Amino acid sequence: MNKGWRRAVLIAVPYLWLLFFFLVPFIIVLKISLSDTAIAMPPYVPTFSLSEGWSGIQNFFSGLDFENFAWLLDDRLYINSYLSSLWIALVSTFLTLIVGFPLAYGMTRAPESWRPRLLMLIILPFWTSFLIRVYAWIGILKTEGLLNQFLLWLGVINDPLIIMNTNTAVYIGIVYSYLPFMVLPIYSTLDKMDDSLLEAAIDLGCSKISAFWRITVPLALPGIAAGCFLVFIPAVGEFVIPDLLGGSQTLMIGKTLWNEFFSNRDWPVASAVAIVLLLLLVVPILIFQRMLEREQEGSK
Amino acid sequence: MNEQSSTQKRNQQTVSGNSSTRFEKEGRTPIVEFRNVVKQFGEFTAVDDVSLKIWPGEFFALLGPSGCGKTTLLRMLAGFETPSSGEILLDGKNILPVPPNKRPVNMMFQSYALFPHLSVRDNIAFGLKRDGMTKENIEARTEEMLKLVRMENFAHRKPHQMSGGQRQRVALARALAKNPKLLLLDEPLGALDAKLREATQFELVNIQEKLGTTFIIVTHDQEEAMTVSTRIGVMNLGIVAQVDTPAGIYENPSSRFVADFIGDVNLLEGRIEGEAKGKHAEGNMLFAANGIETTFSARCPDQLEAGTTCWLAVRPEKIAISKEKDTKAVNQVSGVVDDIAYVGNLSTYHVRLANGRVIKAQEVNRRRVENREITWEDEVWLSFTEGAGLLLAE
Amino acid sequence: MIRRLTWFNATALTFGFTFLYLPIVLLIIYSFNESKLVTVWGGFSTKWYGELMRNEAMLDAAWVTLRVAVFSASIATALGTMAAIVLVRAGRFPSRTLFSGMVYAPLVMPEVITGLSLLLLFIAIGLDRGMLTIILAHTTFAMCYVAVVVSSRLVTFDQSLEEAAADLGASPLDTFFSVTLPIIAPAVVAGWLLAFTLSLDDLVIASFNTGPGATTLPIKIYSAVRLGVSPEINALSTILISIVTVGVITASLLQKRLVRRGYQVE
Repeated sequence: MNKGWRRAVLIAVPYLWLLFFFLVPFIIVLKISLSDTAIAMPPYVPTFSLSEGWSGIQNFFSGLDFENFAWLLDDRLYINSYLSSLWIALVSTFLTLIVGFPLAYGMTRAPESWRPRLLMLIILPFWTSFLIRVYAWIGILKTEGLLNQFLLWLGVINDPLIIMNTNTAVYIGIVYSYLPFMVLPIYSTLDKMDDSLLEAAIDLGCSKISAFWRITVPLALPGIAAGCFLVFIPAVGEFVIPDLLGGSQTLMIGKTLWNEFFSNRDWPVASAVAIVLLLLLVVPILIFQRMLEREQEGSK
Repeated sequence: MNEQSSTQKRNQQTVSGNSSTRFEKEGRTPIVEFRNVVKQFGEFTAVDDVSLKIWPGEFFALLGPSGCGKTTLLRMLAGFETPSSGEILLDGKNILPVPPNKRPVNMMFQSYALFPHLSVRDNIAFGLKRDGMTKENIEARTEEMLKLVRMENFAHRKPHQMSGGQRQRVALARALAKNPKLLLLDEPLGALDAKLREATQFELVNIQEKLGTTFIIVTHDQEEAMTVSTRIGVMNLGIVAQVDTPAGIYENPSSRFVADFIGDVNLLEGRIEGEAKGKHAEGNMLFAANGIETTFSARCPDQLEAGTTCWLAVRPEKIAISKEKDTKAVNQVSGVVDDIAYVGNLSTYHVRLANGRVIKAQEVNRRRVENREITWEDEVWLSFTEGAGLLLAE
Repeated sequence: MIRRLTWFNATALTFGFTFLYLPIVLLIIYSFNESKLVTVWGGFSTKWYGELMRNEAMLDAAWVTLRVAVFSASIATALGTMAAIVLVRAGRFPSRTLFSGMVYAPLVMPEVITGLSLLLLFIAIGLDRGMLTIILAHTTFAMCYVAVVVSSRLVTFDQSLEEAAADLGASPLDTFFSVTLPIIAPAVVAGWLLAFTLSLDDLVIASFNTGPGATTLPIKIYSAVRLGVSPEINALSTILISIVTVGVITASLLQKRLVRRGYQVE
């Protein structure tokens, strides 16, 4: 094999795999979202087969309409779940930042010999099952759960708090599950920061607190932004947390899509929901990728 | 030191070796005074009982190898470290209780520590804004500082858009903007390349002379210390080994460490034979190097007694080399040329003596290298005057 | 010293780590609860572990999950490493932007979308849903994580090492296996482990692409959890957490030893 061939094979294998298992499925989702419900209802008939050649492709593009999207606009349920997903993701991102920043900051201030171990402690939960971590909160947040038992025993409250099956439980679940994604990028920007910048600020007359706001925070902004995107983007499409911790009134688009697919078995509407969700996320995803690229260029 | 720079002349004129003692006699208050300052980090003693006075208007250099405690001394002045014991006085007042952000002292950091998210202008104005000055005053002062370091045209640049030399100038302007009583410079030129460093040294000196502010510079580069400063404190292992003018340090080092650290020096171990006699030999002693027959006459400021073990220190450029014996020379010894290091303008001859020690002798290359009369394996004579050598006990 | 552990920082650390670990600790404690009621302590017992060992369906699901994870992680590691080399080393080729877009996009794609779209693909090509479809699905999204992990190592790789090998007469293939691979090996291993845990962990994508006889552990846990908290799930969670903890700690100790022996040129 000569060099050109080897390179071509090296590129072709992952490229074709991703084309077939990532890009093509999207085109199919798009196509089904534009199909009529009746045809596309399971049992599902393949809409596209290569053996039919050109006419197959023609069939593929014929008879597409925007009926399902119109349906999404019509029914308040969908619009409400989109809006509520965005809102829940936004609130939980903010809460994650509030919890995550002091943690990341504290880690960079800990003795140097502790830091690798602290970093490991942050990463460790990430390796343990997401589902189990969410499950762990059910026993705590339930009306007769451990938190209420503890607070009643302390005498802080007289009646158990209703947290389980509310949005509050969803916030707690998201903050808990996504905390490492917030802490790690903030930690790495804070850790990279040159300490002499803070000394310079103090030398020029800043108090420690004003040096924190004028130097540390602005310089940590790239890490804060990366952390927020890493929490916000997946939180919008989250299914497990609202399903297990949220209540029937907790509307999130991931849950709606799941129900549309598994309960209503309306695949075209589920596909349309997926397409709109993707459109919602395209802007933050693009901003985030742009940010990563700029960071990479900067580090070179 | 190969060249006598113009600044060195200034060193000798403005603050002669005696000026600090003169200030002392006049009862003036030193701008900075360290009194028995000790700093320990755990088991390690970084600064060991340092007492030092620095006078207003001085350009004082703390010189020493890395880890000698010079940066710790500077950081204690700035307030980033607290002494384990001892006192630090600024203008006669104890400044230890004053937090770093309230001290009338500013620092130029080794890494420059320019705030990467602020423009040149905002970096320079940073300290002024903390003082609650009016907007007009801040602007005027910032403009003045930009002009001082010739960065007017770069005011809107961010630190990463500038060269190393430009960053260095902005850092200087920022530290000077608040008109501090004392400017501390921590290895300010360490990040610059050799050519730029030389030019910047002169610029620093010019700015210091123009403003009259007291500068304290920390450096490990002896050439830099000699070029910019009026006085040098040579530090080693947490102790100030010697404080003197650059010429004083070079010509009259007080110990083998200082002699060896500043410039190049030949050291021969031996003992004192007795008093030297001769026209120019006042205060000189006779020295016998171990394993060599001849004795040498050399200065002996420590007034060592006969029989004491000591070292003879002679700078390579003060040793003459020739093929014939010089009948008039007082100090003379023969050897064999081991090696010749040619650096264009100079050649350094490595000459092996009878006792096996190698002595370096430096000559200016007045002739082209092909016409050089001394070559490898030649038997040669080395000679130096009575004033050239120095006998050191430590 | 500017970096100091003030009381504020110490509080933040204590609070943060308590928040991260208390739920897991409570989960483990209550797996040893005698009582059927998860939240009421009824004395110490290991009976739920016994129950778990007798639960055939659970053990089957664990076996399926393990096989899916090993296969998908291994294929994903091979494909992801290739993708990383393409991203870092292959230079320009047609539609390179599309390629890098396809590598990075699955990282942020909501799982519901990935799951749904792959399911529709499998139906379109007439592939029956089962273990194979789950493996294909997991391979696709895990290879992107592997690519990111390996490419970050490749970026810092000193290319003169490869040039030196070539200069000493190694063929490109020789060079890859004798120089490049050993040096990026820690990243490749980390990538495999990541792909493996992602597959073990995944509920959403597996749910879309599962078929008869291919119930994975997360699907099993999910359906049990939907019915309420059960001590058996606590016991299962404890076992999984222990395995992961031991695995991660062993891996990091191993890596430390490798670094100490100078295997990793950082």
